[in-house]
Amino acid sequence: MNVHPETERIELSLLLEAVHLKYGYDFRNYSMAHLKRRIEHRLSLSGFASISMLQHAVLHDEAMFRIFLQDLSINVSEMFRDPSFYKALRDEILPMLGTYPSFKIWHAGCSAGQEVYSMAILLHEAGMRDRGQIYATDFNRAILKQAQEAAFPLAQLKDYTAKYQQAGGENSFADYYTANNKRALLRPFLKERIFFSEHNLVTDGVFGEMHLVVCRNVLIYFDRELQDRVVGLFVDSLCPGGFLCLGSKESLKFSRHADKFEPVREKEKIFRKRRDA
Amino acid sequence: MKRIFKAVVMGVSSGGLEALKTLVPVLRPDFGVPVLIVQHLSAQADSYLSTRLDEVSALLVKEAEDKEILQAGVVYVAPPDYHLLVEVDGSLTLSVDPKVNFSRPSVDVLFETASDAFADKLVGVILTGANQDGARGLARIKRRGGLAIVQSPDSAQADAMPRAALESTSVDHVLPLHEIAPFLNKLIGSSHDNTH
Ligand SMILES: C[S@@+](CC[C@H](N)C(=O)[O-])C[C@H]1O[C@@H](n2cnc3c(N)ncnc32)[C@H](O)[C@@H]1O
Repeated sequence: MNVHPETERIELSLLLEAVHLKYGYDFRNYSMAHLKRRIEHRLSLSGFASISMLQHAVLHDEAMFRIFLQDLSINVSEMFRDPSFYKALRDEILPMLGTYPSFKIWHAGCSAGQEVYSMAILLHEAGMRDRGQIYATDFNRAILKQAQEAAFPLAQLKDYTAKYQQAGGENSFADYYTANNKRALLRPFLKERIFFSEHNLVTDGVFGEMHLVVCRNVLIYFDRELQDRVVGLFVDSLCPGGFLCLGSKESLKFSRHADKFEPVREKEKIFRKRRDA
Repeated sequence: MKRIFKAVVMGVSSGGLEALKTLVPVLRPDFGVPVLIVQHLSAQADSYLSTRLDEVSALLVKEAEDKEILQAGVVYVAPPDYHLLVEVDGSLTLSVDPKVNFSRPSVDVLFETASDAFADKLVGVILTGANQDGARGLARIKRRGGLAIVQSPDSAQADAMPRAALESTSVDHVLPLHEIAPFLNKLIGSSHDNTH
């Protein structure tokens, strides 16, 4: 079907409005190009002829809304993704974090926990585990449940192991999990002092003072205005001198809050909140 | 009357570095619109491609950044392991969505979103490559009234991608590699011709 582009844009914004009004999830400031692709994908999978038909289904059937939510939440992640980032954390950031008697880390948009457990391993190896609390949040309930299981497809472990080593890991990575059927179960001690909870970066607020915020590959899904709002939330959450880590292709370059941070490791996208911010 | 365009998108896979080193340096220094390129690379690749191309080109060649605004006469290359999308307001978005056609970045993702943004004011170019990525995107560009160019399969180091593109839609121009940049120079003109 060939829908007029302007008509389609109207349908898209009506759908987002409907979802917001009915379910409270606010996608109105997400990247429209991204949303449109995901929605087209859903239309073709479910055989809807138009976005308006999807809107009808989402409004009248909560199960359809859950599917839609799943479609829009891209949970692609890896342990030790971008090994050089984790190496910088290990070599430079954790020693500074270690000067606090106790500290709090927030992983925002933590997906199935790959990033969180990578951090737990770093803290364990630095002997800092019992001084830090980790808060791991995502707006996707289903993925958080998965994260709490700390189980990953065994097929991915080879890649994770290689990345762990590139990130400076010197232990045997196999000591951190047990293989069970086709799954690798992370050892239970890695789950200690991690609190998983539902938190929507668009609509929920600050929930504590953090020393380190990790939010990687989440902001790219937002438009500039929403990026500004969410970075603002991190400014409000971080203690003076606290660290902010973004994804390897994210930056504060276009951000309204750029002047509140100073780069610590520019290439690894690690910033520090200025003491006077 | 001369047709007005707002952007050129290109997709290329195996044999890409050579093809782009032939094509991009020949683009005129005052090229009138932005050029966006998806080249398939391994996830671990660094920004070698854009650096190398920039050294040999008159135009600025850079890795595309999230939320930057397109500018005429700049060549944007999708970073390895990220999809590149164009927003309706002419800004860029990167994403880590799953691979499309076994590729991230995917040519289809760039072409389809650019087509939504620029409709009939878009030129799509498919170059050498050993897969099917880009065929669907080029078909959408045509459906929305844009212009489709494909490297002639016999001039391509790998001809599967050009062939798939030719099968997917009625392509406007099939050209050997060395004629593509001169053709674009004439078609697009300078930034001065393009002020509207
Ligand atoms: C691409 S994943 C990134 C995962 C991980 N941080 C990484 O870089 O590997 C993006 C995550 O952000 C979450 N997300 C998207 N919008 C969100 C929002 N408004 N609030 C909280 N989480 C969100 C998604 O559910 C998904 O798990």
